[in-house]
Amino acid sequence: MSLIDISGNLLFVAFIAYLVATLLFGGSIKQANATGNNTGKWGQLAIVVTIIGFLSQLGYFITRWIYTGHAPVSNMFEFTTAFGMFIVGAFILIYFIYRLTALGLVALPVALLIIAYASMFPKEVSPLVPSLQSYWLTIHVITAALGQSILAISAVAGLIYLLKAVDLTKPSKQRFWLEAVMYCLVIVIGFVTVTSTFGAMDYESSYNYVDKEGTTRKIIYNLPPIFGMNEYEVVEEHGMSPLVEMPALINAKKLTTVAWSLLVGSVLYLLIRLIARRRISAIFQPLVKRVNLQLLDEIGYRSVLIGFPVFSLGALIFAMIWAQIAWSRFWGWDPKEVWALITWLFYAAFLHLRLSKGWEGQKSAWLALIGFGIILFNLIAVNLILAGLHSYA
Amino acid sequence: MEKIICACGHSNPYGTKLCEKCGRPLTEEEKQNKVVDMRYDGTAIRSKTYNKSIIDKIWNFFSSVKVGISLIIITLIAASIGTLLPQEFYVKASDIEKGAYYADVYGTFGKIYYTLGLSDLYSSWWFQILVGMLAVSIIVASLDRGIPLYKSLKNQRVKRHESFMKRQRIVGEGQVTANAEETLDKVAKKMTEMRYSVRRDGSALLAEKGRFSRYGPYINHVGLIIFLGGVMLRLVPGFYVDESIWVREGETRAITGMDGYFIENKDFVLETHDNEAQGEQIKQGVNVVAKNFQTDITLYKQPKDAIPGDTENLEKVKDYSIRVNHPLKEDGFALYQMDYRLNELKKMKFDLINKESEKSLGTLEIDLTNPKKDYDLGNGSSVQILVYTPDFDGFENGEPQTKTSIPNNPAFLFKMTTPETPEGEVSFVEIMQPPLEPLGENQYRMKFAGAEMRDMSGITVRKDTTIPLLFVGGVIFMIGVVIGSYWNHRRLWLQIEPDGRVLMAAHVNKNMFSMKKDLDAVSAFAALPPYEDQLEKEEAGEESTDGGINEKEGDNTL
Repeated sequence: MSLIDISGNLLFVAFIAYLVATLLFGGSIKQANATGNNTGKWGQLAIVVTIIGFLSQLGYFITRWIYTGHAPVSNMFEFTTAFGMFIVGAFILIYFIYRLTALGLVALPVALLIIAYASMFPKEVSPLVPSLQSYWLTIHVITAALGQSILAISAVAGLIYLLKAVDLTKPSKQRFWLEAVMYCLVIVIGFVTVTSTFGAMDYESSYNYVDKEGTTRKIIYNLPPIFGMNEYEVVEEHGMSPLVEMPALINAKKLTTVAWSLLVGSVLYLLIRLIARRRISAIFQPLVKRVNLQLLDEIGYRSVLIGFPVFSLGALIFAMIWAQIAWSRFWGWDPKEVWALITWLFYAAFLHLRLSKGWEGQKSAWLALIGFGIILFNLIAVNLILAGLHSYA
Repeated sequence: MEKIICACGHSNPYGTKLCEKCGRPLTEEEKQNKVVDMRYDGTAIRSKTYNKSIIDKIWNFFSSVKVGISLIIITLIAASIGTLLPQEFYVKASDIEKGAYYADVYGTFGKIYYTLGLSDLYSSWWFQILVGMLAVSIIVASLDRGIPLYKSLKNQRVKRHESFMKRQRIVGEGQVTANAEETLDKVAKKMTEMRYSVRRDGSALLAEKGRFSRYGPYINHVGLIIFLGGVMLRLVPGFYVDESIWVREGETRAITGMDGYFIENKDFVLETHDNEAQGEQIKQGVNVVAKNFQTDITLYKQPKDAIPGDTENLEKVKDYSIRVNHPLKEDGFALYQMDYRLNELKKMKFDLINKESEKSLGTLEIDLTNPKKDYDLGNGSSVQILVYTPDFDGFENGEPQTKTSIPNNPAFLFKMTTPETPEGEVSFVEIMQPPLEPLGENQYRMKFAGAEMRDMSGITVRKDTTIPLLFVGGVIFMIGVVIGSYWNHRRLWLQIEPDGRVLMAAHVNKNMFSMKKDLDAVSAFAALPPYEDQLEKEEAGEESTDGGINEKEGDNTL
């Protein structure tokens, strides 16, 4: 077995371990509800399994690093997987400060979704382009991802806070938006489901199309085409033909992926609603009814406090140093740079609101969720939609 | 303004909320509060005290945290709008064509985006004013609060009035069994053990830890201001040089912006990874990944007393291979490998031939960057270059025009003189095109006989004297943000009244969780009365009604 296979297997083990640990955390909360003891046997077992998973994923990271010869954070799959790993790491750190098992019940599924999302991207080892050949790749990307992961824990705490605090019995804006967050999580599951299903079937349809500069290009769809590229012509088609043709400005392949994810995600969501006969937030609410809101609020705030300096250092300062070396200027208003600045400004606003305007509790929890939304936007949308120097994947 | 005389006799500056000496609440508002606002330890804040003159109003506007946060949010939204479409400096179109480019590629939206100036948002006057206002807000707000807070924390008294103690978030009251002195000794011992600095004054005690963390926000604001100052300084001439030059292989040229220095391009190297294309690369039709862009150069310097432009007697400074991520650094300048162009025409060869017999009268080699006027081929034949356009772009009024000075599409107006045609024949020659003969049918023509190519390196020349300043700003910012985030300011006041009652109060600017751990430890060790969290009690009452924590002020402190 080669090193890269070992690496892949370790990642798989980690994935399974996180899955098991999530269930164990669920069990520990049930137990806590019965006995009132927050970290019972289940809880201890859960954190042990989490740590095993984390070490396994660290093994994946190190073996892949040795195999490729550079820190495995250079494309969408590698970076997103590492982001998931750091979220688990940040969760373990916060867990040992506050010993709150409920945190695992949300943090691990979020990490699982992120890793599953990552594995939908090509996993091949690709050599580095000259601008990435620097030890700053390791320093900048890992620090930035670490900062983002710690900030993500505040969103985890915020979500639990809202699950407990929002009154789900009567209609309100908060109830609506909380359910919207849950819906988004289901959409990610939809994306993973549809992509891996058609991936397993080796689905491929190919077309020629005319891009916005007027050149003819070829494109391969890995999902049955819903939207067709500009002036497309069939090369090889399976299953279905595109229903609508899009203008050159829009990448119909990506739009098709979004449409499939929404479709499958919505069906899943409806099924869950039909079977459970409740909102998804209402399914989770009983699990978190014993958590201490004050403590959650504190964890949310604390993780921003811990994560903000790390993020500033990695995503802004180290980024600027590297940009000065590689691109001759420390700041160039590239979309990724701008969105890192936006993230930073947002958390700066978060801290000032909290300190001076007393935005705590629910408001603070919502802000934490929005902040995580911005981080995800920077990871997903900026890389895949907005063109820029960071579009590596 | 008049001073406020506290009941304890201390004279406080106008605007003070809690007496500087004993801590008694001085304003009606503070007297009403169950828990006092400890953000700035109750000192007189200029912006909360004066609001009469226009200067007061401006000062108050910029010192307001609400205004600061609004500015942050507006900047954030503006910055995000600039990422919707690529900014102008990433668009490969000339300045005049840019408007058309946005309209062509992005349709109506692109046209509106361009017309509104959003395609060059970050250098627009309004965006820069926004950042400027943010900077002013940072300065004013920091001075407004930082100075009084520093004074107040520096001059803290140990003994505080009961009304101050009872208005803290954490309070405790009760009888102690042991005698007063012994209890205080025990508390002092335990708190010292936990690395608090303990001060005592009679039967009062103040244990304090991590005061410096209160200054964290102000320190990081100083760092930000230094950073922004550094960015502004780049507008001053001489602080900042940003030029790009093209250097051809074999060429030695002056470096624009770096007076007295010359660069010789010895070789440009482009290496690609010799991997086989896999998965995604095949899909995208890319099968080569660049591995290295490199220019081997020699850097020269003019001797000190040389005339500008004099390329004789250059002194060699060093040989270097400029690669991406490895710029050449010299004398405060840095030279970056930024671009390249492969296979640019260097020399062209032509044969002068008789059209009928195809017999050559000789070959001439034209150096395209420095062509000669006359080429003597011997035996009475010669060729004259009447006009040379390196980048031919059509005729205008009968004159051949050149688009650039780069030999992308060289064209020549030759005058060929042979013993047979002593008057000379004129021919216009362009690559890949049949020759034009403006003055009638010729007997001779110039036949293309090969070319020599060379590569060209695009080098960016940078000097940024502000970098050290930006770096210092960044470091100060990081120090400030770290000490403000990873440490907190904890205080415990303890007083034993003559009647044996113990009064206890604690304050922490954040992380109440850890403070309570410390309090539990010291309470157990010194058998102190139980303490209570006045806010938690309040909320426990509220929770039943709305299930959460309400908006409130004063729990956290900067």
